[in-house]
Amino acid sequence: MPAIDVRNLVKRFGDFTAVKGVSFAVAEGEVFGLLGPNGAGKSTIIRMLTTLLAPTGGTALVNGFDILKESDSVRRSIGVIPQAMTSDLELSVYENLLIYAKLYGVPRDRRTRLIAELLEAVELTQWADKPVRNLSGGMRRRVEIARGLVHEPSIFFLDEPTTGLDPVSRVAVWEMLRRIKQERSLTVLITTHYMDEADRLCDHIAIVDHGELKALDSPAMLKASIAGRNLLEVSFGSVPEGWSDRLAALPAVDSVTRHDAIFRLSSDDGPRTTEALFDAARSAGVAVSSLAVQSTTLDDVFVHYTGRALRDALQEAAPRDFSFIRR
Amino acid sequence: MSRTWAIIEREMRRFRRSPTLIFMSLVMPILQLVVLGNAFGGNVKHLKLAVVDQDHGVPAVRIRELANAVAANAQTFDTVAYADQGAALAALRDGRVNGVLTIPPDYSRRLLAKDAPHVALVEDNSDNFVTATLAASVGNLVVASQPVTVSGTRLALPPSLDVVEVYPYVPYIQYLLPGSIAMSIFMMVMIGGGIIFIDDKARGLHEGYLVTPITKFELIAGFNLSGTIKAVIAGGVLMTIGSVIAGIPDPFAPMRLLRLLIVIVMTAFALISLMFLLMVRVRDPLVPRATFGILNTLLYFPSGAVYPQQGFPAWMQVIARVDPFTYAVHAFKSLLLKNTDLSAVTTDLLYLAVFSTVAMTLATSLFRRTL
Repeated sequence: MPAIDVRNLVKRFGDFTAVKGVSFAVAEGEVFGLLGPNGAGKSTIIRMLTTLLAPTGGTALVNGFDILKESDSVRRSIGVIPQAMTSDLELSVYENLLIYAKLYGVPRDRRTRLIAELLEAVELTQWADKPVRNLSGGMRRRVEIARGLVHEPSIFFLDEPTTGLDPVSRVAVWEMLRRIKQERSLTVLITTHYMDEADRLCDHIAIVDHGELKALDSPAMLKASIAGRNLLEVSFGSVPEGWSDRLAALPAVDSVTRHDAIFRLSSDDGPRTTEALFDAARSAGVAVSSLAVQSTTLDDVFVHYTGRALRDALQEAAPRDFSFIRR
Repeated sequence: MSRTWAIIEREMRRFRRSPTLIFMSLVMPILQLVVLGNAFGGNVKHLKLAVVDQDHGVPAVRIRELANAVAANAQTFDTVAYADQGAALAALRDGRVNGVLTIPPDYSRRLLAKDAPHVALVEDNSDNFVTATLAASVGNLVVASQPVTVSGTRLALPPSLDVVEVYPYVPYIQYLLPGSIAMSIFMMVMIGGGIIFIDDKARGLHEGYLVTPITKFELIAGFNLSGTIKAVIAGGVLMTIGSVIAGIPDPFAPMRLLRLLIVIVMTAFALISLMFLLMVRVRDPLVPRATFGILNTLLYFPSGAVYPQQGFPAWMQVIARVDPFTYAVHAFKSLLLKNTDLSAVTTDLLYLAVFSTVAMTLATSLFRRTL
């Protein structure tokens, strides 16, 4: 039985359809990444799966429980870290965890043990009595991670847990998550904008855009699935007539684009194309001024499926992030 | 219910660490009590009364002597003698005097002839309080000078009215205290209840509650009980401090404190229910802040806290009739100023209970357990 089984989930807000019939399954114990630009529908999907929003159509089983009919059992099985930082600033780290343990009805003995363990796991034991107000953004995120696990859930939902954190804190949060996941045999569903992190941590990745599932596979398979697994950026001492066509005819080359003096060659086989490129340049008497060969990254996959640069998407759709205020 | 207690515990821990919140909800009602109580409560003194004696007979001298006696003792007004009526009236128009008392040339003759003698008081009536005070004081003075009135014929033996005051003298500051207690409860309900509720919602804190297995009822109970506790603390503190400031006799009588506490609890719950009903669907943090002033005016002033409701126009009496403040203020007045027992305020308590039940039922039906 999959830990999460999403079946044709639909969510409409008035005329706007945020999620247009999404289906996927998350196996037990895996880390599943939900990627997509802001406004793509990721947070709406997470909110439906965590019973915060009722779907307009379709349904989902979380830990075997129907999100509509057995929402209470769903809530007992899941831990949730919402996008906004929601820990109580006036309360101490310990008190934040304590209140949530009580909200989940965790008995006193277990609660004391669990809070101590979790504080240890997120390396905040020495800060336990400090008000959250005095902690850095990364530390607050760790408080929330511990808070989300205080009732020992089997499935953990994290909505952009590293957004707004500095690179060091981001690495710390991901390292911690990886360790906690291994120790506690958790299933994790996570949304993020950071492709490198998703690449390193996720077993499977679903790319969502405009409320639809665009692709779903392991990071390696996703990268393999798009044409041109390598990108060659090359510039030449001189550019003869019809040089772009010569480059396009090189072995394994999918496409050639030119930006001023730089030619970008998308290739299925980087080493072969590179060799042929040097041969062609030599025979044409053209000097190669610079050459860079890159592997396809998840960013390329993302842009391939969403069809636009992430930065533009962020600017376009950012206001939808505050749906909880606006709707 | 343990989850409800978790919410209450959280709110109380936060409350304890927000001295600004406690301070803000108490400082305005106390300030209002002290400033308004002293601004409106005192007797008007040292008004300027121009006296123009055109008669100079013995009865006229007697009136002047009595006027000087008032100036020396009660000090309601100071007298300024004018020889010329025109100069006195000019001084009145310029605002140098508040009234002109004229004793006409034939006053003594008409008095002795019992031929409707008159003295005249010309007043600057741009200030109602000053006008009323001066007219009353000069009226008494003329009556006392016997046997004449300012105008009209005096009955030989008029029926007299003996006034019996049931309660000790109530200074205006004490009259204001019940409204101030209700106001402090309201302030805490607004700041500690409404504003924090919406701010938490906007910050996403409620999202944290909604993903836990807490039920709708437990959530509502948690929000409202914690709000009520905070408001009761504010009301209790203000009642104690306010009673001392206003000089309520025997302010710490245990039974009266207990009765007052019951009214404070009922008022706090009624106001938190009203607040919850108004805010249950609101998401914009600006709304409770914008509503604050409007609600304050609509609830406080028609309640009879500063002026008797009998003086209101009909439309305002309608507001007063549904306003929970009206009943809270009436109950506080009974207990604080008249030291009655609870039987005198059962109607008030009943109304507050019905009001809370209706508001809370409506709010509960509007409350959504999803975003």
